[in-house]
Amino acid sequence: MKVSLKWLRDYVDPGLPPEEIADRLTMAGLEVKTIHKTGGDWQNVVVALVTEVKQHPNADRLKLTTLDIGGRSITVVCGAPNVQTGQKVPFASVGAWLKDGPTGQLVQLKPAKIRGIVSEGMVCAEKELGISEDFSGIMVLPADTPVGMPLSDYLGDAVLDVEVTPNRPDCMSVTGIAHEVAALTGQAMKSPDLDYPEESRSVTSLASVEIADHDLCPRYCASVITGVKVAPSPPWLQRRLAACGMRPINNIVDATNYVMLEFGQPLHAFDYERLAAHRIVVRRARDGEVIISLDGSERKLGRDMLVIADARRVVAVAGVMGGLDSEISEATTSVLLESASFNPASIRRTSTDLKLRTEASIRFERGLSRELTMPALRRVTRLILQLAGGTAANGVIDIYPGKTGDKWIRLRAARAYGLLGMELDIKAIQGTLERLGFTCRKAGLPDEIEVLAPYWRSDIQGPADLAEEVARVTGYDKIPVTQLSAALPIHEPAPRLDFRESLRDTMVGCGFQEVLTYSLTSETLTCKLTPDLQPYGPEPMRVANPLSQEQSSLRTTLRANLLACLAHNQKYEDGGIRLFEIGKVFLPQNNSQPEEVEMLCAVLGGPKLPMSWRGQSKNIDFYDAKGVVETMLDRAGVAVEFAPAADATFHTGRTAGIIAGGTGIGVIGEIHPRVAEGFELGRTACLIELNLDLLLPLVSTTRRYQPLPKYPGVIRDIAIILDRTVKWEQVGRLVRGFPLVASCQLFDLYEGKPVPDGKKSMAFRVVYQSPDRTLTDEEAGSVHRQIIERLGQEHGAVMRG
Amino acid sequence: MSMSRAPNLDELEKLALAELDQASDATALEAWRIRYLGKKSILNQALRALGELPPEDRRIAGARANQLKTALESGFAGRKLAVETLALTAAAEKSGLDVSLPGEPALLGRFHPITRVMREICGIFTNMGFEIAEGPDVETDYYNFEALNIPADHPARDSFSTFWMERSPDTVKPPLLLRTHTSPVQIRVMEKRRPPIRIIAPGRVYRYEATDATHESMFYQIEGLAVDRGITMADLKGTLTQFARLFFGPERKTRFRCDYFPFVEPGMECAIDCFVCGGKGCRMCGNSGWLEILGAGMVHPEVLRRVGIDPDVYTGFAFGMGVERMPILKYGIEDIRLFYGNDLRFLRQF
Repeated sequence: MKVSLKWLRDYVDPGLPPEEIADRLTMAGLEVKTIHKTGGDWQNVVVALVTEVKQHPNADRLKLTTLDIGGRSITVVCGAPNVQTGQKVPFASVGAWLKDGPTGQLVQLKPAKIRGIVSEGMVCAEKELGISEDFSGIMVLPADTPVGMPLSDYLGDAVLDVEVTPNRPDCMSVTGIAHEVAALTGQAMKSPDLDYPEESRSVTSLASVEIADHDLCPRYCASVITGVKVAPSPPWLQRRLAACGMRPINNIVDATNYVMLEFGQPLHAFDYERLAAHRIVVRRARDGEVIISLDGSERKLGRDMLVIADARRVVAVAGVMGGLDSEISEATTSVLLESASFNPASIRRTSTDLKLRTEASIRFERGLSRELTMPALRRVTRLILQLAGGTAANGVIDIYPGKTGDKWIRLRAARAYGLLGMELDIKAIQGTLERLGFTCRKAGLPDEIEVLAPYWRSDIQGPADLAEEVARVTGYDKIPVTQLSAALPIHEPAPRLDFRESLRDTMVGCGFQEVLTYSLTSETLTCKLTPDLQPYGPEPMRVANPLSQEQSSLRTTLRANLLACLAHNQKYEDGGIRLFEIGKVFLPQNNSQPEEVEMLCAVLGGPKLPMSWRGQSKNIDFYDAKGVVETMLDRAGVAVEFAPAADATFHTGRTAGIIAGGTGIGVIGEIHPRVAEGFELGRTACLIELNLDLLLPLVSTTRRYQPLPKYPGVIRDIAIILDRTVKWEQVGRLVRGFPLVASCQLFDLYEGKPVPDGKKSMAFRVVYQSPDRTLTDEEAGSVHRQIIERLGQEHGAVMRG
Repeated sequence: MSMSRAPNLDELEKLALAELDQASDATALEAWRIRYLGKKSILNQALRALGELPPEDRRIAGARANQLKTALESGFAGRKLAVETLALTAAAEKSGLDVSLPGEPALLGRFHPITRVMREICGIFTNMGFEIAEGPDVETDYYNFEALNIPADHPARDSFSTFWMERSPDTVKPPLLLRTHTSPVQIRVMEKRRPPIRIIAPGRVYRYEATDATHESMFYQIEGLAVDRGITMADLKGTLTQFARLFFGPERKTRFRCDYFPFVEPGMECAIDCFVCGGKGCRMCGNSGWLEILGAGMVHPEVLRRVGIDPDVYTGFAFGMGVERMPILKYGIEDIRLFYGNDLRFLRQF
């Protein structure tokens, strides 16, 4: 809402600079986004009278004008087509800062000789003064403008752009803001003039109004003026409309807009003669009804839309826009003025359905007070009589089926204290509320009053609203600052949160960079998770109104986002990249909220170690990924197994399911080369995926202390050659099954010459240890020999020479 | 006679120590040791000759000889250490390191800046006795709007541009949406628990908004809620002031102004003085000198009533902050889209 301070001063003049007014409004809940000042740049610009206009001797298109600038006469060269003797015009003398017409740049006026004649300044167009974009001719000021007066004194203004919150439709108006300014500065508010002369003919003899659908129209007021003369509005009114961002049209329409800006109540003027039977019917639209709205578009109306009709047809979409048929034209001689109250939700639905948001609809949908209609109607009737002449019928039509009684709200000082934590006696509360226009009276208890909101306020429902009124006028800065002293609730353990965060710590400790990716993704991207671009995973939930195809469905996996992330970073990174995300995936469930499952996904690829002058490092492979999972689950106290698995994203034979507590809780593997290609990965990569919902119940945070070994162990290495097909797990399990074996660690694995084809060489270290004595070489040697023997028997292992 | 035969120990000491100073390597030191402390050394001969002296002289001469021996031994030990140190230094200098070579990089992972900030904020509030609560990202209209005093066709819905989920045409159930704020968690918690309640709810929220440098369609919020007897707006101011001091620094000033959110009444906005310009006004704070950090207020009586908490008995406050805004302000990040672009060149800066 744009508010001209000049206009505001018609109602309240706090005598404060615009910045101070803006600050008080902002603190009280009406944020002033910008202050736009006009007139600030108009130094050396004064009002001049054109006393003579002659042809320039050396140029056909230029004129020599003589100006009276208040006791002094000067000659100026002027190229404007509209300059005439007797006009009052803005004159800029040398030194003034003006906007260059064609470019809009601010330039300082210098002495100039135009076609041989010295010009002592120039007569300005509105654009040059920054008032509007009009550059078609010079600006002509009203005839009563005092000659010689600085233009900034005459036209200067400051326009506040106020962000009005949805609960305050009353503040989408000059008087609404004026009420606030008055309360915030302690100034008195001037009441607007609402009186006008009425002829003897009664309005009811000229027009009739019927409300067919009371639920959507609680009140309809109308007045009739006959004998008006439609013409452009006077400049002062046009300027005020323009300052608020509205385009002037004609005196009737401008008057309705002006009063809307002044009171917040949208108004509509119908051409009285074009209303069939001079009748207004407020009703829902009928099937198939259409209207050509003021903007010239044909609008199809639905049965739940409220319309204003005459005896025959629809003449307006109620509260949204009038119809072209009954609009005010130059031929209009009589008008019917509408000031009504409509159901806010209905207006909002209609304007949404018609994709038509107007100054009227944005006010109605916020729920205007029903009591605003009458003063606004009287005000606009008065204004039109002034601007367009004519005579107003006696009385106004007021159909008010939605009238409700006064709503008095009880407020105790104790309640206000309970909400605000600020000590206020009931007198102070009453004083503050009265400054805002509230009516207060005594109630039962000594610290209690009954309060009635002023007629323009529709947002006051209960004591909490009154507490806010008191607080914001008193100043939120006056509320004390205290620390919570209420009882602390009993906290519940939060294993999921704890586990999630400890997992994050472990991943970061393992050298992974955390990423956070969008929940919304595209099915095209998800399809890339399979080598043949088939849909992957369950069918996702889709957004009905996506912003883009890239973010059109809820992710069912983190894989695709992580691989895309890896590919993006490979463009800039030569070194190894390790990324992980812990986040939700969304698995659809029949017609209800999806199952939101928490997952961990990590991708890793490239050299194991950062580039170093000390030599090249190996590339990350499957076993690096596995090591991370082992570390993670070891920290979580979860025993885990890995078994070969098949999964479309991964390379055959290089994938393992992660199994814990008898169920698959995740997968690791090397990315399938075609999938890698699809994501434009520069090189192969590994991926880890864990389902935290499945993992969480297995997590054990309890630890048992193990006594430190008291006796030294005996270390023996074994090197064997055996079939390639024998898994390390089989060997390891066999060795660990023997008594006295404290640990068994693989330290070498080799295939190729001189090891025969189909065989491999394995070397591992066994530590023999007893908890109750120092082992002798013989004891250890005996077990060692048995192990070698069993390896030979069960796996055909031969000791390496 | 006997006096003239005895070696002059004073001269010997002078000579020996002078020679020791000249010994600059292990070989020279060893030669010195043999000459002055060995079996055949002059000192040893003098000691052996003591027996021939009369007892009176023997005592005096013996003491002097032992004194000399100690002096030579300690002189030797000191010189030996010095010579060895010199040799070590010389050797080390020859094989010295180029200390300017880059060190071996340690493998370091990092948290996403949003995680860091969320942990920091949650930590501040859990220290104040708030408990972390969570809720679903896909919400019903009821929890996201209705229960928060934003009925259908309420104009406040304009400030929550919503992603709606596609439903099959035969569905009669109310529509699903991506939550536009973390406030539904307030309702979910209050439905299950009775006061005293003190929770914070971090999480993802979504807005149907074209993205640019200052707008994202997905971001994080942290919601706070405290409900009990006797909780006031003064407590809210205290809690938020405490937060701002701990998060932005003890020198930060807070400003509270009236603002409107349908689910609180009275409502407020909290701002801190701009740390870029110190409150004078700059591009960062839009020349106002203040940076808005969050919206808050006293829980609306209608909201309490709906979850069965009597607003005549209990009061409460709620607040909600955009998480991205905090690192944006703290680190001067000029484009919000960097957070979910996940470019390592960005992420590594935190």
